[in-house]
Amino acid sequence: MSKWVINENLCKGCGICIARCPLKILGFADHLTPKGIHPATILNEEKCTSCAICARSCPDVAIEIFKEEK
Amino acid sequence: MKQVFKRPESLSKTPFHYCPGCDHGVVHRLVGEAIDELELKNRAIGVAPVGCSVFAYDYFDFDFNQAPHGRAPAVATGIKRTRPDAIVFTYQGDGDLAAIGTAEIIHAANRGENITVIFINNAIYGMTGGQMAPTTLIGMKTATSPYGRDASTAGNPIRMSEIIATLESPAYVTRVAVNNPANLMKAKKAIYNAFKLQKEGKGFSFVEVVSICPTNWGKKPADSHKWLAENMLPVFPPGTFKDVHGVEKA
Repeated sequence: MSKWVINENLCKGCGICIARCPLKILGFADHLTPKGIHPATILNEEKCTSCAICARSCPDVAIEIFKEEK
Repeated sequence: MKQVFKRPESLSKTPFHYCPGCDHGVVHRLVGEAIDELELKNRAIGVAPVGCSVFAYDYFDFDFNQAPHGRAPAVATGIKRTRPDAIVFTYQGDGDLAAIGTAEIIHAANRGENITVIFINNAIYGMTGGQMAPTTLIGMKTATSPYGRDASTAGNPIRMSEIIATLESPAYVTRVAVNNPANLMKAKKAIYNAFKLQKEGKGFSFVEVVSICPTNWGKKPADSHKWLAENMLPVFPPGTFKDVHGVEKA
């Protein structure tokens, strides 16, 4: 299961999550959504620390974050 | 896997109609989270303004009303007085609250109505196409000030939080921004405090959120947040202007 889950129907491609990710591991996907935008996607999920800054910054509340339980 | 961030239950599943990057969505989420955390969903009644957030009633999963332009505090007063157990808040922009609705907000604050006001200040009229608002910065170009706002004919940007803080009755008056993660967490706390005060029946609470309007400012969302930090925050400095019950220290 993925740590970083996006609802692509909500994403508007504003890029705020990409700009604010402290590890710079987010980017735009190559494919288009039905709205005609390139949604945000995670490029290197192994590095993700589940800090949720991207999800808290998302104006469309499109991102959900999960963390591995130790 | 444990879920550490999800959409608050107080937000409905309807996608926001706001432009890409608009801060309305973030503030909607903060309101939803505050109501969830205080367990007020079954008691909450919101009042939407006229402006971009006129459709706020579609986005919250609790009761909502929509008031004529600027009159949300008057409608909220009526709801709160007939239903004192309800948690009533207005959600207004600067064209609504600081222009046509100035009388309503000043007098609702002066009466100390036990309501919460969330005021989104982005220095422009968003919905109608980027006209000059009372909060527009000096020299800022808008559809109705193409050479930049001139103080000699259009006056200076109006600071609503400072004006309301001069009144005796309000319990909590604060200004926050959501332009970076640190400010965003402060904004979350401020909105939580405002609803907490109302829940405890302690009076009028007012949270101004300095926001962006990428479409009408003609900037990319990330650039807008930078512009906000450099140009808007010096004119509208974040801070708490009134905290009668010391809710921030509690």
